[in-house]
Amino acid sequence: MAAPEPIREREPERARGRQAPSAAGGAAPPYLGPVERRPRRPPVPLRLAPGAVELSGPVFGPADVGPLDCDLTRQHTGEPLGERITVSGRVLDGWGRPVRGQLVELWQANAAGRYVHRLDRHRAPLDPNFTGTGRCLTDDEGHYRFTTIRPGAYPWAHHRNAWRPSHLHFSLFGTAFTQRLVTQMYFPDDPLLPYDAVWNAIADTTARRRLIAAYDPGLNEPDESLGYRWDIVLDGPDATWAEEGR
Amino acid sequence: MSLPPTPAQTIGPFYGTALPFAGGADVAPAGHPEAVTVHGYVHDGEGAPVPDALLEFWQAAPDGSAAGSPGSLRRDGARFTGFARVPTAGDGHYALRTLSPGGAPYLALCLFARGLPRHLFTRVYFRLPDGDPLLAGLPPERRATLLAVPEPGGHRSYRFDVRLRGDADHAETVFLAFPAGS
Repeated sequence: MAAPEPIREREPERARGRQAPSAAGGAAPPYLGPVERRPRRPPVPLRLAPGAVELSGPVFGPADVGPLDCDLTRQHTGEPLGERITVSGRVLDGWGRPVRGQLVELWQANAAGRYVHRLDRHRAPLDPNFTGTGRCLTDDEGHYRFTTIRPGAYPWAHHRNAWRPSHLHFSLFGTAFTQRLVTQMYFPDDPLLPYDAVWNAIADTTARRRLIAAYDPGLNEPDESLGYRWDIVLDGPDATWAEEGR
Repeated sequence: MSLPPTPAQTIGPFYGTALPFAGGADVAPAGHPEAVTVHGYVHDGEGAPVPDALLEFWQAAPDGSAAGSPGSLRRDGARFTGFARVPTAGDGHYALRTLSPGGAPYLALCLFARGLPRHLFTRVYFRLPDGDPLLAGLPPERRATLLAVPEPGGHRSYRFDVRLRGDADHAETVFLAFPAGS
């Protein structure tokens, strides 16, 4: 294994010389990733015949996910620092049908904006009572639910003075391998959002807003946590590259 | 389709505590005599190794079934689940141990890496069958990027490298999109 290098979601050569968005409110340029990692060619469109391997997907069950895995505030002996939140919603397919019994995974920074990761060198404290990873299975109506801590913002090297807004990373499986999704959830009214290059990597404004959760007092756990609702729609095999940029 | 899908975002660099799991590369039951190794390197367009990629494999069982089985995240060492999740090492290398799929002779591969706004799909073929609609539509040098190459010796090992971006001397791996009507 190579020696750890101090990186934070950076692209060093692209970051050099790049200016911060103007104080007047200019949006961050979209994050396209380092050019050397970007395929030159468009993906080859493939019509899947019935029975194609990609039309099924891996199966997860109670053996894979424990009942406490969805509560990130109960993974250590002490209480984690930060604002306690409940995040819940439904996982649906493009026809609005619940995606049942499927694995949802979550990872995130702590309340100070620091990940438990050897490459995260942000000068913010680790929380001994917070690791920041969780898992659950969707229920019969497609619901998932996590209890966790609202993550903090943190700087990254996309350009000078670039900060990631608070966000949760989500990984989702559907009933088909083509539905595989890794994405990020954001919080409503976050002032950092318009400046965030990763959020702005989604060209379509309407599509981008689908990554923002809604505050939902109905999901509050009284005296415990604030509730956020975020529904997730998985692609079917109907997804096309031409729709990319949603 | 009535609901627009949730957009994908980059996996970022810090998924390491959340997604990789013990035995993620061991699809073949422990000690299985038919186990094969598939391994290789992920490289970028400059030939540099990609040390922060995450590869997920999904495949049919040797009997051709693609029904899958729970127990991938906490493997019991005996059951074949069909699913693997393998991070690359610092030198861009990955390896998985599996069983040859029945029916469709390929592994479906979904690749994530810091810097990819969206994950990439491709396939790892163990042989190039006649009449495969994907392979039939590709020129030979592109088709070759989807073939796992048997390595010399009797140890049932295959080499499959991924090139994220091609140049004049290196063919870019064929990545796939799944259009409407599939």
